[in-house]
Amino acid sequence: MALKIVKGSIDRMFDKNLQDLVRGIRNHKEDEAKYISTCIDEIKQELKQDNIAVKANAVCKLTYLQMLGYDVSWAAFNIVEVMSSSKFTYKRIGYLAASQCFHESTDVIMLTTNQIRKDLSSPNQYDTGVALTGLSCFVTPDLARDLANDIMTLMSHTKPYIRKKAVLIMYKVFLKYPESLRPAFPRLKEKLEDPDPGVQSAAVNVICELARRNPKNYLSLAPLFFKLMTSSTNNWVLIKIIKLFGALTPLEPRLGKKLIEPLTNLIHSTSAMSLLYECVNTVIAVLISLSSGMPNHSASIQLCVQKLRILIEDSDQNLKYLGLLAMSKILKTHPKSVQSHKDLILQCLDDKDESIRLRALDLLYGMVSKKNLMEIVKKLMLHVDKAEGTTYRDELLTKIIDICSQSNYQYITNFEWYISILVELTRLEGTRHGHLIASQMLDVAIRVKAIRAFAVAQMATLLDNAHLLTGNTQRNGICEVLYAAAWICGEFSEHLENPLQTLEAMLRPKVATLPGHIQAVYVQNAAKLFATVLRSQEGNTDSTTAQETSQLMIDRLPLFVQSANLEVQERASCILQLVKYIQKLQQKDVEVAEEVSALFAGELNPVAPKAQKKVPVPEGLDLDAWINEPPSESESEDEKPKAIFTKEEPKHSRPRHTEVDEKELARRREARKQEQANNPFYIKASPSSQKVYQETPGVEHIPVVQIDLSVPLKVPGLPMSDQYVKLEEERRQKERAEKKKKEKKKRKEKRSGRGKKHDSGPESEEDITPAHMVDIVTEEMPENALPSDDDDKDPNDPHKALDIDLDKPLADSEKLPVRSHRPTEAPKSPAEDGDTESAAPQEPKKKSSKEKKEKKKDKDKDRKKSKEEKKKKKHKHEEGGEDLLGGQPDEPVVQSEEPNEEVALPTSTSAEVSDLDFWLSNAPVPSNSQEAATVAAAAPIPQAASGAAPDSEPDEPKDTEVETKSSKHKKKKQKKEKEEKEKKKKKKHHHHHHHSDGGGEESVQNGTVEEEEPLPPMSNYCLLAENSYIKMVCDIQGNLQDGSQVVVSVIFENKCNSFLKSMEFNVLDSLNSKLQRPEGAGPHDGLTVPFQLPPGVSNEARFVFTVQSIVMPQKLKGTLTFIVKNEDSSTHEKLDFKLHFTCTSYLITTPCYSDAFAKLLESGDLKGSSVRLEGVNMPFHHLLARICFHHHFSVVERIDSCASMYSRSIQGHHVCLLVKTADQTVSIDAKCDEPSLLGNVLDEIKQTFSQC
Amino acid sequence: MIKAILIFNNHGKPRLIRFYQYFAEDLQQQIIRETFHLVSKRDDNVCNFLEGGSLIGGSDYKLIYRHYATLYFVFCVDSSESELGILDLIQVFVETLDKCFENVCELDLIFHMDKVHYILQEVVMGGMVLETNMNEIVAQVELQNRMEKSEGGLSAAPARAVSAVKNMNLPEIPRNINIGDINIKVPSLSPF
Repeated sequence: MALKIVKGSIDRMFDKNLQDLVRGIRNHKEDEAKYISTCIDEIKQELKQDNIAVKANAVCKLTYLQMLGYDVSWAAFNIVEVMSSSKFTYKRIGYLAASQCFHESTDVIMLTTNQIRKDLSSPNQYDTGVALTGLSCFVTPDLARDLANDIMTLMSHTKPYIRKKAVLIMYKVFLKYPESLRPAFPRLKEKLEDPDPGVQSAAVNVICELARRNPKNYLSLAPLFFKLMTSSTNNWVLIKIIKLFGALTPLEPRLGKKLIEPLTNLIHSTSAMSLLYECVNTVIAVLISLSSGMPNHSASIQLCVQKLRILIEDSDQNLKYLGLLAMSKILKTHPKSVQSHKDLILQCLDDKDESIRLRALDLLYGMVSKKNLMEIVKKLMLHVDKAEGTTYRDELLTKIIDICSQSNYQYITNFEWYISILVELTRLEGTRHGHLIASQMLDVAIRVKAIRAFAVAQMATLLDNAHLLTGNTQRNGICEVLYAAAWICGEFSEHLENPLQTLEAMLRPKVATLPGHIQAVYVQNAAKLFATVLRSQEGNTDSTTAQETSQLMIDRLPLFVQSANLEVQERASCILQLVKYIQKLQQKDVEVAEEVSALFAGELNPVAPKAQKKVPVPEGLDLDAWINEPPSESESEDEKPKAIFTKEEPKHSRPRHTEVDEKELARRREARKQEQANNPFYIKASPSSQKVYQETPGVEHIPVVQIDLSVPLKVPGLPMSDQYVKLEEERRQKERAEKKKKEKKKRKEKRSGRGKKHDSGPESEEDITPAHMVDIVTEEMPENALPSDDDDKDPNDPHKALDIDLDKPLADSEKLPVRSHRPTEAPKSPAEDGDTESAAPQEPKKKSSKEKKEKKKDKDKDRKKSKEEKKKKKHKHEEGGEDLLGGQPDEPVVQSEEPNEEVALPTSTSAEVSDLDFWLSNAPVPSNSQEAATVAAAAPIPQAASGAAPDSEPDEPKDTEVETKSSKHKKKKQKKEKEEKEKKKKKKHHHHHHHSDGGGEESVQNGTVEEEEPLPPMSNYCLLAENSYIKMVCDIQGNLQDGSQVVVSVIFENKCNSFLKSMEFNVLDSLNSKLQRPEGAGPHDGLTVPFQLPPGVSNEARFVFTVQSIVMPQKLKGTLTFIVKNEDSSTHEKLDFKLHFTCTSYLITTPCYSDAFAKLLESGDLKGSSVRLEGVNMPFHHLLARICFHHHFSVVERIDSCASMYSRSIQGHHVCLLVKTADQTVSIDAKCDEPSLLGNVLDEIKQTFSQC
Repeated sequence: MIKAILIFNNHGKPRLIRFYQYFAEDLQQQIIRETFHLVSKRDDNVCNFLEGGSLIGGSDYKLIYRHYATLYFVFCVDSSESELGILDLIQVFVETLDKCFENVCELDLIFHMDKVHYILQEVVMGGMVLETNMNEIVAQVELQNRMEKSEGGLSAAPARAVSAVKNMNLPEIPRNINIGDINIKVPSLSPF
C-alpha cells in the first residue's frame, strides 16, 4: 500500500504543479493561449485519475487559470471531489477553487451540503475554518437554510478562531435566508461581549452591516454599543461602532445628545486619524439629526469644521480627500459654517489630484449663493479651459450646469449671463455632454420668457457659425447644441432680428453632414422661420423678399429630400411641396402668411419629466383585464368560426366596460370633475396651467434696472460671460447706491443717527435682485397627478428581506430548520443527500416576552403566515423523502440541546427595549456616562433596572411632556372618542340586553349571526376621582418590559372654566408598592404633573410604580393638589383618590400557541381553581372579548362554546383558562402557578361580569 | 463590505483576484482592466481613494488602493468601511505577506498564488474583515502550513525534491524585486 502511494507520487513528480504551470506560461509569452489550452488538456487528463493528490494539483492549477480569465466551471464536480478529501491539504485546495468559481447557479453546490456539514463539525478546527471560509463565498439560499443551525452552534465553539468565523458568516446566511435572523440574533448579540476581541469585533462587524440597512431594528442595542464604545480600545471595533451610531442617530435624536460628549472627547484624545475621522463623521450625523433646535451645538460644529480644515490642509492627500468628503456632509445642514472656508475649497480645485478636485467640486455645489454664483462659475470656466483630460473637463461641465440649474435656477440672477455661459461651453472640444448643454438651453429658453429674445439672438449666432462646431468630426458631441439652437430660433422666431439670415444659415449644404435627428429639427424649424418671414413681409407692397424666400426654400430643400434619414426625408418632402404650393399662391398675390403661420401656432408648455408616470389610472380602468377574451388554446381550428358567435354571450357578462354609452360616460366625467374640484387633496391645474414662480417674495416691488445691451454679442468664441460679471457688479453697486440714497433720505426725513450697520455690512442674499423680471414657468404635471414620490426604491435589494423586528419574541414557527444525521455516518454519495436528512418537528417553546405594538404584530403575523406556508411546502417535500425511507425517528438527539438555549434568550431582549428609553432619557452626564452605560447594560436584571430608574427620573417628566405635547391633539381626540365609546357602551348594553333576551338562543346556535354582531366598545379607563374642577380617569398596566413596574396612565380633564396649574400627584406608598419619584425627592414628595390644563382640556400623564409582590390586589391612597386660577384669584384645591391595583393589571396579553399551551398544562406545575358565573347572557365571543380586553388574556383556541385562554403576569406567572358556556352559565376552569394570584384574578373576572 | 480585492502589477497582470460577489470570468477580467486603467494613471503622491469604477460597484463603492513597487493592491469597498481603516488593512496584509514569505516580492505572489489566498483568507472572509492583528494572522497561517507539512509526510518528499531541483535550474528568478518600501508612512496607522 505504502509502496503504491510512493509510486503514485513519483509519477506525480513529472506532472506539472502550479509553479511549473506559471513558469511555462511565462516562457510562452508569444503563444500563451495555445500553451494554456494544452495545459487544460493535461489537467483534464489528471482529473480523470483516481489519485486525489493528482486531482488536487489539477484543481490548484485551474484556480490559477481562473484568475487569468478562463472559465473553469466545467470542473465543478472535480472541485467538489477535492473538497471532500479527508486531507486538509487537498480540502483547502478544493475549497479555495470552489470559493473562486462557484456561485448561486452552480448546480453541484447542492451536492456539497453534507460534506460541508461534516467539515463544520470536524474535530480539526482548520477543517471547520476552511469550510466556513469557503462557504462564505458561495453560500446559496438552500445551503443557508440547511446549515444555519450548524453554523449557529459553531458560534459557541470553544475555539475563538472558529467562533469569529462562524459569527461573520452568519451575515451571509442572513442575506440568503432571512428567516434565520431572528432565531440567531440573541446569540449574535451575546457575541458582542465575547471575551475574545476577534470574536467581538466580528459580531460588531455583522451587526453594523445589518444595522446599516435597517437601522431602526437595532436601536435597542444602542446602550450595549455605547458601553462597548466607552470601554473598547480596539480601533477597528470603535470605528465600526461609531459608524453604526452614525446610522442610528437620525432615528433617535436623544441618542445623538448622549453621544456628542464622548465623541467630542474621542476627537480630542485619539491619535488615530481613522478614528478621528469617523468620530467627526458621526458628530456631523448627530448634528444633522439635531439640526432643529439645540442652539448650543455650534461649538460642536465649529470643532468639526475646524478639525476638517486641519485635515484638508494636511499634506497627506488621503486626509485632504476625506476632509472634503466630510465637509460636504456638514454643508447640507450648516452651509454657513462651510462657506467660510470657501478659499480653501477653491484652492483644492487647483490640486493635481483628480479625486480631490472632484470632491471640491461637489462642495462648490452647495456653496453657491446668488452673490457668489457668477464668481464661482467664472473660476470653474477657467478650470475648464485649463483642464487636461476630457473626463475631468466633462465633470466640470456637468458641475457648472448642476450648480447653475440647481433648485430651479434659484441662484441665477441674470439669465443672459447663463445663456452666454452655455454658449461658451459649446466651445469645448470633444465633450460628451452636448445634449446636456442643449437641454439646458431649451429649458431656459422655454421657461424663462423674458430671456427668449436674448436667447434667440445667441442661438442665431450659433447657427450662423455652425461650421465652428461641426468642423471637426471629433467634436460631434457638441453638435447636439445645434438641435437646441435650431429649435429655439424656429419656435421663438418672432424675436429674431433677421429671420431671413438665420433661415439661410439653416439651409446651408453643410447641414447635411449633421446627424439625422438634428437635420430633422432644422428642416422643421426652417419651415417655422419661413412662416415668420412671410408674415413680416405681409404688409409690404414689394413682395420680392417673400418670393425670394420661397425660392430659397425650394432651392435648398431637395438636398434634404435626398437624405438617408427617413425622418428628414419625410419632413423635407412635405415642406417642399407646401412651399411650392405657397409659391404658386404668392405668384397670384394671395395673402398666405396667416395660413402658414397657423401651422405652427400655439405655445408649447414645459412638461415635468415624471409627468407621464404620474398620470393616474382612471377609475374603472382595469389594465389587467382582457380587452377581448383570449381564444382558448384547446379549441381546434374548425371550431373557431363558431366561437365568434358564442363569444357574444360572455360579452354581456362584462357590461361595465363595453356597454356604457356616451351620455353615461359624459355624466361620469362630469361627476368626477366635480368631485375633484371639491377635493382639496387634488392638485388642480390652474386655469392658465402655468403657475408663475417668483424668485424672491418682493420681486414685483423692486425696480427693474435696464441693462444696456451694447455689448457686442455677435462674436461667438469670445468669452462674454465675464462682462456680465462686471455688469452685474456695477448693477448691484448702482442698486446699493440707490438704496443708500433712499435710506439716507428716509433717515434724513426721520432723524440721522444709528443704522450705519446697514450699508457697511456684507450684502445679504435678499439684497440682490434679479436683473430681469423673470417668470420661471413651472413644468406641467398631469391633472390629478399623484404626489407620491417613491419610485426610486430598489425592489431587488436583498436587505429588504432583513427588515425584521428583532425585539419580538421568537415564535415556534421561526426556529431554524434542524436536520440531523442518522447515527451511522451517511455515505458520501450525493444521490442520498436528501435521504439522510429529515426535519425535526418544531419544538414548541415558552415565550417569555411580550408584544410591543399591535401593528407590528399584524405585520409579523402576515409574515409568519407566509413563512409557515413556505415551511409547510418544505415539510411536504421532506416528508416525501422520509416516506421513501420509512421515516427515521432520530429527532431527540437534536431536541435535547435546543430548548434550554432558547428559553433564556428572549427575556433579555425585551428587557433591553425598555432600557433604551431609560437609558436615553438620561441627560448626557459628562463624567459618569460610562457608569450610566454600565447600569443600563446591566439592567436586564430587574433590580438593577429599578435602581437605574430613579436616576433617569429627573428627565422623565420632560420627556413625557414632550410626548404629551406632541400628541395632545390626538389625545384629546382619543379621549373624546373614548368617552363617547363609554357612553355608547352604556347605551348599547341596554340595547344589547334586550336583544339577547329576545334572540339569545338563536344567536348561540347560529354561528354566523353571532359573528356578525358588532362588539360593544370597551374601555379600560375607570374613574379615579372627580370633583367640580377636575376629573381623573386611569388605566393601570403592567410595564411590558419590567417585571417590577406598573404604569398608571391618568387622564386629567379640566371640568371648570378656570385654568388648572401646578398639579401635584402624590401617593402614600405602601410596603409593597411605591411611586417612582425623581432622585433626591423624599418618599412623601409629590410628582409634578408635566402640564397645565386650560378650561375644557384634558391630557394624559403616566406614573410608574414599583411593585414587589403581585399576587394580591392593592389599594393606594393618593392626593392630587392643584391651583385653580381665575382671572382675578387663584385657589389651592385638592382631590383625594384611591388607586386600585387589581391583579388583572399585572397580567399582560401574551399570545400563546396551542401546542405550547398543551405542554404547559401537561407539565403539572400549575394549580387549578374554578369559578362559575350564572346568568351571563351575552354571546360567547363577546364574553371572550371581554375577558381578553379587561383582563388581558388572549384566546389560544376556541371550539364552539369552549375556549382556552392564556395570559402572563409581569413576573412570569402563567395563567391558563378554560371557558365553557351553556345556558347562561359560564364555567371557568383555571390553572396558574401562583394560586393566590389566580384566585384574585378569577374574583375580578367574576366582578366584571356581575357588573354588566 | 469589501466587494473585491485585486492585486496586479504595473502592467495590469493579475496576481490575485478575489471577488466577494459573483462576476463571470470575462467580466472579472474587464473589471481588472478597468481598475488598472484607473489606478495606473495616477501619480504616487495623490490620494489613495478613487471613485467611479463603472463595472464594479456604483455610487456607494470606492476603490482604495496602495502601490508597492511593482504591485497594486486594490480593495473595492462600500461606504460601511472606513477608508483609512482599509488602507491600514492593506498595510497589515502586505506586512503579513512579508513575514510569511520572508521579504516578499512579486515572484512570490506569482508562484504561490494559492498561499497568498490562504493568507488573505485569514484577513478577510466573505467580504468582511476577519482579523487585523498581524501576529494572530501569521500564527494561524503557520499552524495550517505545519499541518499541511505533517500530512504530506513521506509522499510529499519526492515532489518537494523535484520542485527544488526545478527551481535550481532557473537561476533567473531574481529575488531582488521585492515589494519595496513596506514601511510607507501610514498617517492613520495606530495600534490596531
